[in-house]
Amino acid sequence: MSQPAQLFHAGPSPHIRQPESTRRIMLWVIVALLPAALYGVYLFGANAALVLVLCTGFAVVLEALWQRMIGRPMVVGDGSAALTGLLLALNLPPNAPWWMCLIGAAVAVIVAKGVFGGLGQNVFNPALVARVFLLISFPVQMTDYAPPAAPFGTGAAVDAASYATPLAAMKEQLLTSGVLGPLEHGFTRLSGITGNMGGSLGEMSFLLLLLGGAFLLVRRVITWQIPASFIGTVVALTGLMHVIDPARYADPLFHLVTGGLMLGAFFMATDYVTSPMTAKGQLIFGVLCGLLTVVIRLWGGYPEGVSFAILLGNAAVPLIDRYTMPKVFGSTRGKPAKEARA
Amino acid sequence: MRLFEFPGGVHPDDHKELTRSKPLEALSAPELLNVSMAQHLGAPAQPLVKPGERVLVGQKIGEPRGFISAAVHSPVSGKVKRLTQVPHPELGRCQAVLIENDGEDERGYQPPERPWSELEPKRLVELLAEAGVVGLGGATFPSHVKLSPPENKPIDTVILNGVECEPYLTSDHRLMLERPDDVVLGLKIVRSILGAKQALIAVESNKSDAAAKLSAKLIHGDSGIEIVVPRVRYPQGAEKQLIYACTKRRVPNGGLPMDVGCVVHNVGTAVAIRDALVDGRPLISRALTITGMGVDTPKNLLAAIGTPLSALVDACGGLKSGTVKVISGGPMMGIALGTLDQPMIKSTGGLLCLTASETFKPEQGPCIRCGRCIRACPMRLQPTLIAARTKLDDFDECLRIGARDCMECGCCAYSCPAGIPLVQYIKLAKSEIAQLQRRRKEEAR
Ligand code: SF4
Ligand code: SF4
Repeated sequence: MSQPAQLFHAGPSPHIRQPESTRRIMLWVIVALLPAALYGVYLFGANAALVLVLCTGFAVVLEALWQRMIGRPMVVGDGSAALTGLLLALNLPPNAPWWMCLIGAAVAVIVAKGVFGGLGQNVFNPALVARVFLLISFPVQMTDYAPPAAPFGTGAAVDAASYATPLAAMKEQLLTSGVLGPLEHGFTRLSGITGNMGGSLGEMSFLLLLLGGAFLLVRRVITWQIPASFIGTVVALTGLMHVIDPARYADPLFHLVTGGLMLGAFFMATDYVTSPMTAKGQLIFGVLCGLLTVVIRLWGGYPEGVSFAILLGNAAVPLIDRYTMPKVFGSTRGKPAKEARA
Repeated sequence: MRLFEFPGGVHPDDHKELTRSKPLEALSAPELLNVSMAQHLGAPAQPLVKPGERVLVGQKIGEPRGFISAAVHSPVSGKVKRLTQVPHPELGRCQAVLIENDGEDERGYQPPERPWSELEPKRLVELLAEAGVVGLGGATFPSHVKLSPPENKPIDTVILNGVECEPYLTSDHRLMLERPDDVVLGLKIVRSILGAKQALIAVESNKSDAAAKLSAKLIHGDSGIEIVVPRVRYPQGAEKQLIYACTKRRVPNGGLPMDVGCVVHNVGTAVAIRDALVDGRPLISRALTITGMGVDTPKNLLAAIGTPLSALVDACGGLKSGTVKVISGGPMMGIALGTLDQPMIKSTGGLLCLTASETFKPEQGPCIRCGRCIRACPMRLQPTLIAARTKLDDFDECLRIGARDCMECGCCAYSCPAGIPLVQYIKLAKSEIAQLQRRRKEEAR
């Protein structure tokens, strides 16, 4: 042989991989969320920026500390903690105090994720666990929504503490008068789309969230099944109720643009770890989340249903996964042999 | 319109542009050849020659041992120098015959006693066994075995696999373009041996020029041969997937294509069958692709079995400095070689020289439950679950969820963003299951 023996890398097949990695996927989701996050800063100012930075920073630092403490390999560089922190921030009121960011981040990365065994092991979406924890523990601060400041907002003219979300206003009206009146602060369809309303930092812009979701779909980071079935179910059910009794039930468009439905359907419900793995399972999961959202919004005690719905949906995932796993190719169980041949 | 598809699969960049338009180039045999006795699936052959003996082109030098085995022949005329040991991609090492080529090309084979169409199927199959023809698609299953199905499993459909779905490889594509008549003739011979009604040639849609060329050959005279063009998708060429795509028949778990009346042969095998039964030429050379960013001038070659791999690479201008991996076969199922210091064998369908950037592999992390492996698995398995169970040593559960049906196509590991070596886990599970079952059988006795 002409050449001296030369040694090459060994290693099992396949020898090529698709270009995505866990870190890149997390990064894509963060990128997809940035327009909506920046829009939140634009609307709510420096405080919103602070909430974003604090939540993300705390989440990363706390996860690193946690991993060091329990002696697990440091994998905080995979980006999942940063994403959790960002999602948490987007689910908080834009004027949340710093200690809520800290508690929220700790609950998310340590209680909801770390103790379950870290990335991939948790059953519930960490950011949502933290949000719901804060909502239950600090209901006043968590519903203290600042009014958007610019450019559509009414600004200082309105008392910040009483600036309710459109969904809360709707619930309030139903409780007091039994029918829907004109919503407070002159909420219109347009304000739902431009973000001229009360609500959490990241749920303001319907359009920017839709854009981010579309980006994830195009990049194939997420599949269409969960957002489509989730949103579709909400629209269908609220539409049905609206047709039955328009005096009590708002129209589907109202439900579509308010209360974090977009944020939840595209960015929270699609979390790989806490959603089903097959297309069929994802459809079922989306419908379940949509159903629960509508039930809580229309008949439940909270004006907002998306977070609770997704968490309840998460609990059903192991079951959904179990019954939606594909049949092994060529398995003829329950089928006569003849048919297998035809 | 009929859709020639199967569920699952992946679509990697195929990089076939490196060699697609390069005609097959015949490489003259080197001065020294190591002809391995383990060329094919099944038992290695027994050497028939002694050091010092003169051999002729096509002379049998290795006798098959056992049912699933095939004869080995000398690709050149020359002198047997000695019996040696050479590396083998799968077995580690194996026995080989070192032959010194005298360059005279003295032929030691004859065409069959009568034209193939006048011979009994049984005799044709015998001749193929004598000629050492094995499947050239990768698994190198002896062709005569595939062509002797038991009587209770009649074959009604022959599928010729011209899919070549592994990225980078193009030698089958070139064969279809350059020897379309022989491809078709090979198929006709197979069809007649099996007495099958239906014959199909499957050519993936990225080789439409080959499909057109073959169709043109079918216009005159004998038809009954249909060209099907499945969409581009790996592993379209896997037998069960190809059968499903072409006929919508599902080969049952643990079953063989003949259980649904089908036989699949690779186009390269069809040409080898034709060469053996028309010219009497045993399988002593094959087409292969030398490619990848790591080789200077990627090419399609026609080379003698036993040629050192380093000579193949030299014929393509040598390796570039950034080459980190050399693979026998394609990037999805091929085997990484430690060294080029070994001979080409019948299963060497390609030599892929990859640079570091081509073999990117994400850092290994925990499963993030993205479901990509499940969606990609053409056997509809749950690779992540099998891997998790393997880690727990729960091989009964692995068996229950179908680990044995894995064909090791690599789609799952290819898709995994967490860099988990899923195929390795599943291979481990398969071997543990096999051991488990053997032990249980013994205990039952
Ligand atoms: S489990 Fe086996 S058959 Fe399925 S994708 Fe992985 S290697 Fe292929
Ligand atoms: S592709 Fe990898 S990360 Fe995704 S579910 Fe499968 S094993 Fe887990």
